[in-house]
Amino acid sequence: MDKTPNDQWVAMIRRITRDRDVSAFEVLFDHFAPRVKSFLMKSGADSTLAEECAQEVMATVWQKSHLFDPTRASASTWIFTIARNKKIDALRKLKRPEPDDLGWGMDHEPDQEDVISLQQETQRLGNALSELPQKQRDLLEQAFFNEKSHSEIAADTGLPLGTIKSRIRLALDKLRHSMS
Amino acid sequence: MKTTKPITHHLTDQDLMDYATGKMEESFALAAAVHVSMCDACRATLSSFDAVGGAVLDSVPDQQMSQGSFDKTMALIAALPDEPVTRKQPANLPDALAGYIGTSLNDIKWTPIGMGVKQKILKTGDTGTARMLYIPAGTAVPDHGHKGREWTLVLQGAFFDETGHFGPGDIEIADPSVEHTPTAAAGDACICLAVTDAPLRFSGLLHRLVQPLLRI
Repeated sequence: MDKTPNDQWVAMIRRITRDRDVSAFEVLFDHFAPRVKSFLMKSGADSTLAEECAQEVMATVWQKSHLFDPTRASASTWIFTIARNKKIDALRKLKRPEPDDLGWGMDHEPDQEDVISLQQETQRLGNALSELPQKQRDLLEQAFFNEKSHSEIAADTGLPLGTIKSRIRLALDKLRHSMS
Repeated sequence: MKTTKPITHHLTDQDLMDYATGKMEESFALAAAVHVSMCDACRATLSSFDAVGGAVLDSVPDQQMSQGSFDKTMALIAALPDEPVTRKQPANLPDALAGYIGTSLNDIKWTPIGMGVKQKILKTGDTGTARMLYIPAGTAVPDHGHKGREWTLVLQGAFFDETGHFGPGDIEIADPSVEHTPTAAAGDACICLAVTDAPLRFSGLLHRLVQPLLRI
């Protein structure tokens, strides 16, 4: 199976866990910190707060690197969940109850075939997302980035609530379809 | 925490989406986190929504980090405590719930609310109310409706009502239209996490009078 761009992030996170490798972390930081900052600013943080939170998110990536399971998530997915939780904590001042971690720890190496197939699936998801019509992509982005409920998005875009819900569902269906 | 019987009552995709995007209030997010900890099917759906979030994160234009931000992050890291890197032993309780009640259902300090039923209200920072309920086997919780949503997640034992049978890991999602009389099944006492976003509405006058006192 071919390697995907995601595989290099998996390798970097592994080097952080195993070797506390600062240069691997720096590569990861250069790619993800500006995206996390962008995500937080789109979620309503000013640039100072977003900068601070992005640093904290990346520090968590280092600290919890052993919990990253490449058979279950891509680096982007995992970092998204950390950034989302930081947003709830720092921007909304709310607690975020999380499901139990299924992290595999350092006791065994993940199966490479499982890692590669999950990373390839995620690559396809990314491609599918980029091929969605702009309107559907915007709605998905709003759903994930803003704290807005569907009815607030309706007020913003002037679209009736039913249309928004069905568009988001359509966008997800399309994504699912292109994955199967 | 794993259950021995298959889970048959789940969260909806919409609920899991709201949880993935971070829109869900703390009380309901607690119930969602506990259910997902026990339910592989909902965990898989949630993972797929998280993956969409990851793909969206990948597609945003960069916001340049300020000068020296990497060094500042390394300084943050230096100040962090080391995390243990061994796999945790499976716990009796999902981590999310342990943060509110302690490490075991036996740690809960119950308050009796009549007919052997006991409750413990959990401290959450939102407008919803999360409580643990202890219902002795065979006992019915008084007939009630809701002004808002009510989610009931079974942790031990089982209950049944007009809509079905609920065992460990099952979550009942009741909207304001549901009037029901949950009754604990025979066997172990039924222990649930119940979350409401408006007070329960009991049908009997007496209960309506005592309701404010019990915060139920």
